[in-house]
Amino acid sequence: MARIGVFVCHCGENIGRTVDCHAVAEALAQVPGVVHAVDYKYMCSDPGQQLIKAAVAEKGLTGVVVAACSPHMHEKTFRRAVQSVGLNPFLCEMANIREHCSWIHEDRAKATEKAIDLARMMVEKVKRNVALSTVRIPVTRRALVIGGGIAGIQAALDIADGGAEVVLVEKEPSIGGHMSQLSETFPTLDCSQCILTPRMVEVYQHPRIKLLTYSEVEAVEGYIGNFRVTIRKKARGIDESKCNGCGACIKACPNKRIPSEFDCGLGKRTAIYVPFPQAVPNIPVIDRQRCTLHIARSKGKKDACMKCSEACQRGAIDFNQQDTLVTEEVGAIIVATGYQLYSIGRDQPKEYLKGYGEYGYGTIPDVIDGLQFERLASASGPTAGKILRPSDNKEPKTVVFLQCIGSRDPAKGIEYCSKICCMYVAKHAMLYRHKVHDGRVVVFYMDIRAAGKGYDEFTRRAIEEEGAEYIRGRVTRLYRDGDVIKVQGFDTLSGSPITIDADMVVLATAVRPQPGIDALAQKLSVSYDRHGFIVEAHPKLRPVETNTAGVYVAGACQAPRDIPDSVAMASAAASKVLGLFSHEMLEREPTVARVDESVCAGCFHCERVCPYGAIRHKEIKDKTGKVIRVVAEVNPGVCQGCGTCQATCPSKSIELQGFTDAQIFAQINAFVG
Amino acid sequence: MSGRLKERIRAMTGVNVARCYQCGKCSAGCPMAAETTIRPHDVMRFVMQDRLDRFLGDDSIWLCVGCETCTQRCPNECDPAKVTDAVREIVAGLQPDAAPRPLRAFHEAFLRQIEKHGRLGEMGLIMGYKFRSGRLFSDVGAAPGMMSRGKLAFLPKNVKGLDEIRRIFAACRDSGPEAQDAASNAGH
Amino acid sequence: MKLGYYPGCSMHGTSREHEESLLAIAKPLGLELAEIEDWSCCGASSAHACNRTLAVALPARNLALAEEQGHDRVIAPCAACYNRLAMATHEVASDPQMAGRVRAVLSRPFANRVKVLNAVEVLRELVPTLKTNVKRPLTGLKVACYYGCLLLRPAEVTGFDDPEDPSSMEEVVRACGAEPVSWRMRVECCGAGLTMARKPSVVRLGRAIISDAMASGADVIVVSCPMCHSNLDFRQQAMGLSRPMPVVYLTQLVGLALGLDSSALGLARHFVSTGGVVPRNAAQEVG
Repeated sequence: MARIGVFVCHCGENIGRTVDCHAVAEALAQVPGVVHAVDYKYMCSDPGQQLIKAAVAEKGLTGVVVAACSPHMHEKTFRRAVQSVGLNPFLCEMANIREHCSWIHEDRAKATEKAIDLARMMVEKVKRNVALSTVRIPVTRRALVIGGGIAGIQAALDIADGGAEVVLVEKEPSIGGHMSQLSETFPTLDCSQCILTPRMVEVYQHPRIKLLTYSEVEAVEGYIGNFRVTIRKKARGIDESKCNGCGACIKACPNKRIPSEFDCGLGKRTAIYVPFPQAVPNIPVIDRQRCTLHIARSKGKKDACMKCSEACQRGAIDFNQQDTLVTEEVGAIIVATGYQLYSIGRDQPKEYLKGYGEYGYGTIPDVIDGLQFERLASASGPTAGKILRPSDNKEPKTVVFLQCIGSRDPAKGIEYCSKICCMYVAKHAMLYRHKVHDGRVVVFYMDIRAAGKGYDEFTRRAIEEEGAEYIRGRVTRLYRDGDVIKVQGFDTLSGSPITIDADMVVLATAVRPQPGIDALAQKLSVSYDRHGFIVEAHPKLRPVETNTAGVYVAGACQAPRDIPDSVAMASAAASKVLGLFSHEMLEREPTVARVDESVCAGCFHCERVCPYGAIRHKEIKDKTGKVIRVVAEVNPGVCQGCGTCQATCPSKSIELQGFTDAQIFAQINAFVG
Repeated sequence: MSGRLKERIRAMTGVNVARCYQCGKCSAGCPMAAETTIRPHDVMRFVMQDRLDRFLGDDSIWLCVGCETCTQRCPNECDPAKVTDAVREIVAGLQPDAAPRPLRAFHEAFLRQIEKHGRLGEMGLIMGYKFRSGRLFSDVGAAPGMMSRGKLAFLPKNVKGLDEIRRIFAACRDSGPEAQDAASNAGH
Repeated sequence: MKLGYYPGCSMHGTSREHEESLLAIAKPLGLELAEIEDWSCCGASSAHACNRTLAVALPARNLALAEEQGHDRVIAPCAACYNRLAMATHEVASDPQMAGRVRAVLSRPFANRVKVLNAVEVLRELVPTLKTNVKRPLTGLKVACYYGCLLLRPAEVTGFDDPEDPSSMEEVVRACGAEPVSWRMRVECCGAGLTMARKPSVVRLGRAIISDAMASGADVIVVSCPMCHSNLDFRQQAMGLSRPMPVVYLTQLVGLALGLDSSALGLARHFVSTGGVVPRNAAQEVG
């Protein structure tokens, strides 16, 4: 026998001004099954909650409807209240007569009618509510961090220092990411590798961090607290247990002319190589596309060269090594794959992107990008830190920087600002002036975005003290004229066209997510936008979570970001993970789908439409152990309660707890009946 | 038609000039920037600020050669060339002799030839231009060279569909920018 | 290949040699041209400068005529006419108000079905035929391909080649056996229709263009627009250059490669002598 209590809130003037709350309460008192109906100024206040608790106790209520604001506001409040006096929280629901009624209508009579209808509908539903208990699932207290740049490194260290194990996966042969390529970092002009390498070593030596470099995530199964991840350890060609990092193989390799990825094509490496001297781990990798032996093998010829193997004192070279697949069980995953730079070339990786034909599509010599400039400036770079232009190794006396290349350029496909370029261009301007005292620096900009701590002062220093000439205007065209590059721009502040003869041009190109991010995001079932940036759960209040429970995000893979913000975000993601791991068991909302096995035909349409992979097959066996039927079963830990299965099932065997067809139809009938 | 300049331009061209963030890339590539005081990005700015008066008494917008470099390179696809076309039309509506005399003379001579014959005869164009512009002796030395090379058509054959052409001219003339926009708004 | 042919006013006047050479090369290339009957002026830059609707209605009349006469594709060799006609198809397709105004003043229905082509893209399409018919390969001739503006911009209207780094003319030039040079002023404006009203502007712009072609080692500049031709040829004398630079139409270059006589190609009509273009050419020109 239903004994429902209805509590109508005035919410001060918010509801009371438009809806006659007392009339609503009086009308609801007449509804069969309602044994208690009152109105009150502020239901969510302590006295308001007391009213509810008292009524539950005194009147033996079997269900509670609070007609008030949105459940997003106070459902938890009222559910906690009824729970404290022994009523199952899922027998308490809210009818939204504020956002859905008083806030959007003006006619008092009609609004009151509507509020009565809304409350009545909810009463009919609650009559059919069943008590539900929170779902509890176990948690594996290990984390996976994908990406070994500064964000991934920070997250891994924080989680490991917090007492949990971490698997850190990095696709390059070494961790360090782009930060290891930088010369100095703004705004302090700290040597980048000097502040980074201690962290890299810490990761390598940490007892709770398992480091898998030259590896990539192949497949992800499972759900929060219980992921099973398959990782492909690509074949380095080196037996890691034998290699001691002596470098003899690298010295011996005759193939020394391969453009180095770490040096952005400005320097050379060998076929067996370590990307940079401070690499972690300091174990080489054989580039099978360029190694003489492997090329010969691919053509069916016999093995050639093998000088590295001859030079190795420990027999660590293994030309027959294969990729291996490793499975790791983890409870949480952090995506920290970082960024790549947009290229101005004719061929673009995405259909909506265009290159800059007006700047030569990347074919003009001595037009380089920001990371290439970092390699020139870096003491361990291809020019030992001297600024020399790539075409003829001469020191450029006039360097022009162009900001916003790709960024803030909807015609080229990228509408957003890349955030870090104003700062690093100012940095580059100063580094250049420090090294070339008689050099001229010109920066073409549209705006200066220097919002961080000490950032504006940094850019002003470049202009006021270090002699960088800042011109506000974009450049229409770059072209080579003999020994110089003609930069045709406009000075909008003084209203004149200006052409500069540059010895070298540095383009501040847009920040984009790493290639392959789409595929990775799909494996993890996380959302990504059209550029590939991972989508956060809520842009303001949940910046390090994704909409997939158990998968978190940190660093530039979510949006362009500098080092301090990436580090902060990584620590934030780590704290979320440690918070998750602080529970023995994980609590999940029970408003999930449930299969009525007696009716289920085993067609598995539900499985096909489930966006979260929450449906599994369950075998029904007879007494002898023979399988007589296979039915669907919902994993309550993964199910997000979207209801797609319920809408799809042809036999009505799967329903959301708390949102069954019977309940919904009762609501509808209460309205139209 | 009353209404602020940027709304009129939007009605005429579909361009929302608020999209222009004054980067100057258009003006950097304009071949006439060296000879004008109002450059493409200034056109966008004056429209945005509702300053039609800044276009009056200045030749700049009439010196646009229609090369479309500005439109091609604008990062926000603001089409400065089209906006400039529309501003010219508005200005001409207010001040029929706003264009610099030689240009006005050229365009008028050109269009009169078309209206009269349907096609252009260089002779008629040149004579018409000279009388209207007062530049009676410019390029006089070129005439013999042009003629000996057979490059001057003297008498163009009239197009048969002249009625249609004259009707086109009449309809376009009668509907200046105001009438055109009123008509198009009514047509909604 | 059969195309409707829109000559435009200059083809019978100041750029007569453009039409002469086009008609001369049509037959060996298997190109059938049917001149649109009763075509009228497209309005060029003057209509564009004065009245938006006129600027669309005048070309639209010719497109409607082309439709009526059964043409799907029309070649407009003059780059300005090409741009105005293509722009008209674009405006009518994308702006319903403009389309309404234009249709109201035309005497015949206008479905806006015609595809407008320029001479460069047509010749590019004919490159295979051209290659098999070359009789006098222009070996050793260094050619600067000058596109100007209206062939390429705005790209959403023209669309047949990259507006910043085009290659169609070079492809045709290579098929003629000549050597296109790499140079920088390929897509910069020559001053277009200002040639009479503002000669100094045209001289300034033209000087920069031709100087760059010269510095890049070109023997000849090839164009496909009568305004460009006039600005670079007729106005060259005022530029004060160190030596003359011949300027020929792409159709004329193709004609030479096909073995046609220079008199058939109108090469005598230029102001800057074209004699040096094909040194072994029997008929020498008088500048």
